Amino acid sequence: MYKIGMIGERDSVIGFMALGFAVHEAEDVETARTVLHTLAKDSEYAIIYIVENYAIALAEDIAKYKDLPTPAIICIPGKNGNTGYGLSQVKKAVERAVGADILFKE
Amino acid sequence: MADTYNVNPTRMELKKMKIRYANARRGHKLLKDKRDGLMKQFLETVRQNKELREKVEAALSGVYDSLAIAGAVSGPRVLEESLMLPKKQGNLDVRYRNVMSVTVPEFELEVIGKDAQDSYNYGLVFTSGELDASLAQMSSVMEDMIALAESEKTVQLLAQEIEKTRRRVNALEYIMIPKYLATIKSIKMKLDENDRGNTTRLMKVKDMMLKAQRESARSDEDEEEEGA
Repeated sequence: MYKIGMIGERDSVIGFMALGFAVHEAEDVETARTVLHTLAKDSEYAIIYIVENYAIALAEDIAKYKDLPTPAIICIPGKNGNTGYGLSQVKKAVERAVGADILFKE
Repeated sequence: MADTYNVNPTRMELKKMKIRYANARRGHKLLKDKRDGLMKQFLETVRQNKELREKVEAALSGVYDSLAIAGAVSGPRVLEESLMLPKKQGNLDVRYRNVMSVTVPEFELEVIGKDAQDSYNYGLVFTSGELDASLAQMSSVMEDMIALAESEKTVQLLAQEIEKTRRRVNALEYIMIPKYLATIKSIKMKLDENDRGNTTRLMKVKDMMLKAQRESARSDEDEEEEGA
């Protein structure tokens, strides 16, 4: 049985408590970094959601876990609104695989 | 001309090179097929991923809005107290699937709790209706969030594998195979040149021998004439 982790500032993540996610509050980037690594090394966590502004700051740390099947580290928009970082990551993956952006060209 | 491998121009090496060239051709074809297969899977997943992400992001911003209102109405203390102890628990099951030799996870969520439909883990006396609404929204977005995690991870893993395969295909196609061909050609030319050299040498030697024979025959005749 696996857990779902959630990292973010209090106001963004508090609601997910009710869904049974393992919520870890982090008020600054450094705390978020330590929490992220603890959760990612713990094999109990299969999915870790991280709020966008931390995901941007911790992009290098997240990249370390990108090529492993688990945990899936997924960024979601926080309470401050959507920055489009999540979609830009998808775009990046397409560029990495295909060599050109064929999905989002507009 | 392309680079060649540094080998001795012998028949042995020529044979070895031909075998390696055949293997490279076969490997190239297989890897190319693998790349195409991966690409097909990837494009399907990535489209799905994009849709899911747009959906989840839109839904979440709605959730945050209604949670903010709920917090404003009932106060942050009450909000936290009421959310602290979830009544239902999501149990996540992970299985692994093999897509063209890439291991991708599959997440399955099983909700356990008294009543899966009822996500209100608090008494209704002290909380506001806004909280109920935002919780309902949240539990509806949860399934999509899990699906998003699955497809996004799959996209990342496939992208990595495609990149790797593409590099291998290109290395074979543009470096290894031309190099093998050039090496085979140069060995063949050297062997042929040796052959020609051999033939001319033989012809020359034969000429010299014939000449020597003829000369000795002539000198014999001369001696006989002198003797007579």
